[in-house]
Amino acid sequence: MVLDNIDELLEKYDSGETTLQEEQQLKHYFAQETVPPHLDGYKAMFQYFSVTKEEQFSKDVPLKTKTNNLYKWISVAAVVAIMFGVYINQPRTITDLNQLTVDEREVYDQTVEGLQYLGFAINKGNENMKALSLVSSNLNEGANKMTHINEFSKTTNKILKNK
Amino acid sequence: MTQTEFLNIVMPFKDKVFRLAKRLLVSREEAEDATQEILLKLWKNKGQFEKYKNIEAFAMTMTKNFCLDKLKSKQAQNLKIVHSNYQDGSTSLQKQVELNDSVDWVGKIIEDLPEQQKMVLQLRDIEQYEFEEIEKVLNMNATAVRVALSRARKTIREKLTKTHNYGVR
Repeated sequence: MVLDNIDELLEKYDSGETTLQEEQQLKHYFAQETVPPHLDGYKAMFQYFSVTKEEQFSKDVPLKTKTNNLYKWISVAAVVAIMFGVYINQPRTITDLNQLTVDEREVYDQTVEGLQYLGFAINKGNENMKALSLVSSNLNEGANKMTHINEFSKTTNKILKNK
Repeated sequence: MTQTEFLNIVMPFKDKVFRLAKRLLVSREEAEDATQEILLKLWKNKGQFEKYKNIEAFAMTMTKNFCLDKLKSKQAQNLKIVHSNYQDGSTSLQKQVELNDSVDWVGKIIEDLPEQQKMVLQLRDIEQYEFEEIEKVLNMNATAVRVALSRARKTIREKLTKTHNYGVR
């Protein structure tokens, strides 16, 4: 590629008056392998410019979104709300009978009465059980005596055999 | 505004932000940190995007201010000089070595330019911004932009010919 007006163009370039199109032309011109020796300086410049333009930014940029933050706080608020709810719904712990309402008091009294009756019945049963145990001890005594009788019959048998 | 919408707006010019930051701060690491910082700032202010007519120009101005502040603070006094990997597939090896050398030199020469000329040159010759955009980003008037650009271009070429003629490299 040959530019007829190259010297004129370069003069304009040196005084900073070329347009972008003209500079593009110059760039193309100096991209070729051979240029007149007195223009070597320009060639180095234009080559440097196009090489430098290739350089790229390769680092990652950590971009944080704000919505993430909002979600975090919402979850914290939810946990707090749940814990508060659990605390509120906890059953009352009652330490004194006076804290009971009238209805509850009635139920309580009935329960106590019922339990007392149950206890009485169990005691009664226990007494009957005593009579039974007396019978069983008598039986045991009888059984003991039976062993004595067994022992006695064994010895009689022995004596009979010897004869 | 969702993350993807934001990325769609920011993606096209994030490399430009990075290159401008690198032009001013020189070290790649510092430029990366600066770019990250600026993108995060944009993300924080994403609610006000509608107010700005040109977000890219706004971001570039932010980059300029951020980097100049950084250069002023003592933090940036220990700058690392990092070489970029220049590649050029077509030319012969001999020529390539020679050229890479002078291409390298261009970068070093630009480093020595005053900040304003660096920025104008970066925006015009590398990012190919229109003059009006440069004026807006750098808050300069038209003549100042042209003068700075012309000086920068001339300085680079003068220094390049010097190194060629005296074999200083």
